[in-house]
Amino acid sequence: MADKELDPTKKLDIEEIMEGLESYHPPRKGWTWREVPKEGVDMGPFHYRNMSKPLKRSIGLPASKYFDHIDPQPSCVVTTEIASGRFEDDIRRMRMAAWHGADHLMVIRTTGQSHIDGLMEGTPEGTGGVPITRKQIRASRKACDRIEEEVGRPINFHSYVSGVAGPEVAVLFAEEGINGAHQDPQYNVLYRNVNMYRSFVDAAEAKKVMAGARIFQIDGAHNANATAKAGWLVMPELMVQHGINCAFSVAAGMDKNLIGLSTVPPDSPPAPKLWYDLPYAIALREIFSEFKMRAQQNTRYIEADIEEAVRTHTIDTLISMLTSADIQSTITPDEGRNVPWHYNNIRGIQTVKQTWAALDGIKELVSLNMAGPLGEMVRDLKERAVAFLEEVIETGGYFAAVEKGFFVDSGKYPNRNDDGIARDGKGGVGADTIVARDSDYMAPVCDHFGTNHLPAGTRKACDPIGGCTLCKPEKIVYIDELDPEDNANVRLSKTLAYRKGDLLKPEAEWAGDGTVLLQFVVTEAEDIAREAGLEMARKMGLKDPEIVNLQVMHPAEGCFIEVKGKVAFDVRKSELKIPPKEVMLPEEEVREVVKRLGIKVIAATVGEDEHSVGLREILDIKHGGIEKYGVKYTYLGTSVPVGKLVDAAIETGAQAILISTIISHNDVHRQNMRKLAELCKEKGIRDRIVLIAGGTQVNRDMAAETGLDATFGRGTKGFHVVNAIVKTLKTRGVV
Amino acid sequence: MAEDRIARFEKRQVELKKMSDAEIKERFWKLCNQLVEPIAELAKTHTSPSIERAVLLRMGIDSVSTHAVVTRVLEAGLLGKGAGHAVLRVSQKTGKDIRGAAQAIIEDKDVLTGLFQQ
Repeated sequence: MADKELDPTKKLDIEEIMEGLESYHPPRKGWTWREVPKEGVDMGPFHYRNMSKPLKRSIGLPASKYFDHIDPQPSCVVTTEIASGRFEDDIRRMRMAAWHGADHLMVIRTTGQSHIDGLMEGTPEGTGGVPITRKQIRASRKACDRIEEEVGRPINFHSYVSGVAGPEVAVLFAEEGINGAHQDPQYNVLYRNVNMYRSFVDAAEAKKVMAGARIFQIDGAHNANATAKAGWLVMPELMVQHGINCAFSVAAGMDKNLIGLSTVPPDSPPAPKLWYDLPYAIALREIFSEFKMRAQQNTRYIEADIEEAVRTHTIDTLISMLTSADIQSTITPDEGRNVPWHYNNIRGIQTVKQTWAALDGIKELVSLNMAGPLGEMVRDLKERAVAFLEEVIETGGYFAAVEKGFFVDSGKYPNRNDDGIARDGKGGVGADTIVARDSDYMAPVCDHFGTNHLPAGTRKACDPIGGCTLCKPEKIVYIDELDPEDNANVRLSKTLAYRKGDLLKPEAEWAGDGTVLLQFVVTEAEDIAREAGLEMARKMGLKDPEIVNLQVMHPAEGCFIEVKGKVAFDVRKSELKIPPKEVMLPEEEVREVVKRLGIKVIAATVGEDEHSVGLREILDIKHGGIEKYGVKYTYLGTSVPVGKLVDAAIETGAQAILISTIISHNDVHRQNMRKLAELCKEKGIRDRIVLIAGGTQVNRDMAAETGLDATFGRGTKGFHVVNAIVKTLKTRGVV
Repeated sequence: MAEDRIARFEKRQVELKKMSDAEIKERFWKLCNQLVEPIAELAKTHTSPSIERAVLLRMGIDSVSTHAVVTRVLEAGLLGKGAGHAVLRVSQKTGKDIRGAAQAIIEDKDVLTGLFQQ
């Protein structure tokens, strides 16, 4: 239970969350899966076969308004990656993501943290991620406790156990209730150049600690297809990497249910993706059937184009659904061009939700043809993976194979491109730092891996010290800040006016960053378009403009460009004129009244005015007009005299007259509106009839001055008009 | 070399093709376990500065002090005994609590002298 309930109409109070962290301890530990009812889930008019329990509060896909606002939640856990560099701003982004359906929030570490020999403390600012510290975790976890209450589903908070401080980071995570973490000693060796012996010795301890806190583990094998030049060829090797980490994790004491494979469909269109990615996905799921699948979306070939990323990620999600995914991770579609912006976290989540809902229960409708080439490709991958392992063993084992550059080679095994990453067993960060344990080695703490000569008769490892921090959290030492300048409090004081004060600025990464994105076409070839785009952005007042995407529409005709930059101004909330919100009646109520009273209306374009399109959209069922809500109408046409409408209304017993008036020359639109009201008075029907006018030059304020009941401008929908009719009738006591 | 590997692969493949899917899977896991076995053994019998700092953290010592203690223990050639072991012994010997013992090691490296002699 969170100590304080959030109010959905109020912003998170970051300052309040930062208070009392020295005594904060997580109310629960360990990983949580979603609750998936076996019998499926009924929502709105539909039955879903592969969905989890709905959220208490959430925001559905844009189209959900047509389906009773349902927001079906996939059966798998859904991940979003968070990486702004300032955790105090990320907390708000976490709340947004949870409302859109993420329950696995993965916090990327600041650049270089994996080479820091020890824990970081305090809240310094990060680059491309946040420094993972006790204070940062406590503040984030405390916020997650409240957010999960607000949305009604547990949130898994996640970070990384790698680098040369793996065991310490694992202890920190176990103490502070981190729910999931990346841990893969191969990742350190191959991509971080940590000494191979050190990396594996440390990893065993880290894994044992993680196992004790039931932290879900994700491996790092997918980095091979993000790194190798031809990611789609390294699949046999990827299986070997997954296999090594899984086997080593089990040897270190992890439960198979908490070991996840980080797997990415390695290919991207225009490649014929399915022919590579589907057999690979199936081979993995067959060989690793006892482990969990964390399906990640592809980043290898994603650069600047957001729509391209979303399309590829849709296909990636399809592959998850055709096979299986315990966790579906999302990639923010802007990852290739900047640190993820918060609204792109939401877009990534929506891609999964939309695909998952569209393809719900797909395996009951289509089956994979394993008898054809698919089965052969699956089998071929498995054989190559086994042969790869055989060669590693013949070579002298894992370490020998790494020294010979077996891994991240972009040839499809047994072919080699000789571009693999080779590491020297004597080299790398932390070389020569492992020490043999003596015959009287001892560590008086829980969840310690390996030889441990505790005093005879010790029942629990930490008895000699009267309990370790894993058993007695009150023993944990909390360090607040080490740097008086570089910390969250200083940063928060600078953004206070944008978070709690009167000032507003656009935001993409951080509070008050002023970041905006412009999209437009420049009708010139690429070189000119690029410079012209920047100049146009400058003229619009953007500071530090930068082209983040350019797509050639035609070599000579022009380019679509996207420019990001910062605005130099603030907007004051207190100076804004906010029009009072028109409260709409519930649609069911409106339909009921229309049916009960048999509402009829007379409609026409008045005066010497031949425009008819706008009014037809308000009337016709095809455009979501008033007809859709059961209103019967008589349309008299264009250039109709006002008197004719009034006569028709009397004749047919209509309850309302709708006039459209587009031409506004010499204020003729106002004159016609007034004339309508006066004529109805003269005929003695004013109190029985609802009078409504609309047009491009008409606005809501004109009703009062012209004596009508409601007036509408651009962007009006049929429902607004029916709503106004029913509301007026209610005020008159007719309803 | 490359041709050699491909030739060897083709030989292996002949054998692998005779196996059922279940046998292939079994072989995959047998080989993985065989590969990691010596590595797990290495991990069981070795420690590292980070492992020892992680032990000290669990003993309730702050992250900054764990660094200093492990450096002292390493310099004294006692990491193979376990840094936590060293702190515990100093605590037992001096009557200080665990944090006090850690502090004593940081302040005076001679505290470690002769600590593990009978």
